[in-house]
Amino acid sequence: MKNNILVIGGGPAGLEASSILSRMGYNVILAEKEKLLGGHLAKWDRLFPDQVPAKEVLNDMLGRMDGVKCFTETKVNSINLLENSYNAMLSNGITVLADAVLLASGFDLFKAEKKEEYGYGIYEGVLTNADLEKAFQEGKKSSPAPRAIGFVHCVGSRDEKAGNPACSKVCCATAVKQAIETKELYPEADVYCFYMDLRMFGRHYEDLYLRAQKSGIRFIRGRVSEVAETAEGRLLVKAEDTLSSKPLKVTLDRLVLMAGMRPSKTGHDVGRQLNLSIEDDGFFSAKDGLQNLQKSKLPGFFYAGACTGPKTLPDTLHEARSAAMEIDRYIKENFRK
Amino acid sequence: MIDFGFSVSPSSRINLDNADKEKFARLAIAEPDVLKCMACGSCTASCTAGAFEDTSLRRAILSLQNGLSDDASKLLSHCMLCGKCTMVCPRGINTRHLILSIQKIYSL
Repeated sequence: MKNNILVIGGGPAGLEASSILSRMGYNVILAEKEKLLGGHLAKWDRLFPDQVPAKEVLNDMLGRMDGVKCFTETKVNSINLLENSYNAMLSNGITVLADAVLLASGFDLFKAEKKEEYGYGIYEGVLTNADLEKAFQEGKKSSPAPRAIGFVHCVGSRDEKAGNPACSKVCCATAVKQAIETKELYPEADVYCFYMDLRMFGRHYEDLYLRAQKSGIRFIRGRVSEVAETAEGRLLVKAEDTLSSKPLKVTLDRLVLMAGMRPSKTGHDVGRQLNLSIEDDGFFSAKDGLQNLQKSKLPGFFYAGACTGPKTLPDTLHEARSAAMEIDRYIKENFRK
Repeated sequence: MIDFGFSVSPSSRINLDNADKEKFARLAIAEPDVLKCMACGSCTASCTAGAFEDTSLRRAILSLQNGLSDDASKLLSHCMLCGKCTMVCPRGINTRHLILSIQKIYSL
């Protein structure tokens, strides 16, 4: 008998774990709330550090989904733990009795309008990292070309007042990547990155930073404090250049906000029903943060990806693979004696 | 004019809109490595002149980027071209050569 496994979330973590579990011989049911599979990856144009098209990566993953029962536009309406399996009612009317559940609910982007001083939703020239990727996907080019463009790191990250004291991990590399791509699109434009620390921790990330520097992108160490509109409709941006301890201003045409990662609301809806523990940062609490990152406090309930905190794509894929292994071990130990 | 007993001091805020980008672009063509500075401060820390006078290549580069060439001039005026900063720069910038180019292009 094939054991049923329910995967909640059809982003990279859910897709990767599902295809592996399916090949291991399990009956995998995946529930995705959106119309399309892929999560945020489907909305991204190119990926750091090597600017690989996100579409290629996603298509590879989707190509391995044969055998997985995917329900899109489907939420988990209710879920409860029976004696040793989970009973889930999906919004499409189907009830799943699963021996193990993988939560891969990922993240929501921080709502940039909450940082009102940056003017997102107020000034036309202010956009988010996701808006820019969408414009890249659509091949949009502004005419006349913008003369000056700024990137603001840590929007809704490392910001206690915004409710997120943690680093979102991917924004530095994303900002530098997007700055390079913007400079390539508008070579005459002045491009600025406003950062607090550059966290270029991964392999090739530092190369990306050097490439950005060489292309003439200016890195200003200081957080943007406020944005105002000039009489000509451009953006007057103020920050401190902390390396020279002086306040600084510059007029820009575009300002791109690196909105950070917040826990997914849909994930919380599931977690609440099972009373899963959440830490101060809003992300789910793994059984322990070193050796049991994929386990929850409940038997047979596992995590993968950004539901337990901000992660890069490779981090997420590694977690998906280890979750598949943990689930396999759990099923073998508990259901096949 | 009536003397009210106070004066208005000029803004000390850096205004990048007014920075001389053309001159800095010329510097970057002559010395592409100037763009590679990551503001680590190794040059300033090893500077022999810096122990006695306010001397800093890191801050001089920053001043030029911010359009403050007078500040850059002051920060390099005591440089003895000893070359210690070239030895410590982790980005491999030929700092000694860079200082000479700065002086040439900005006619310091």
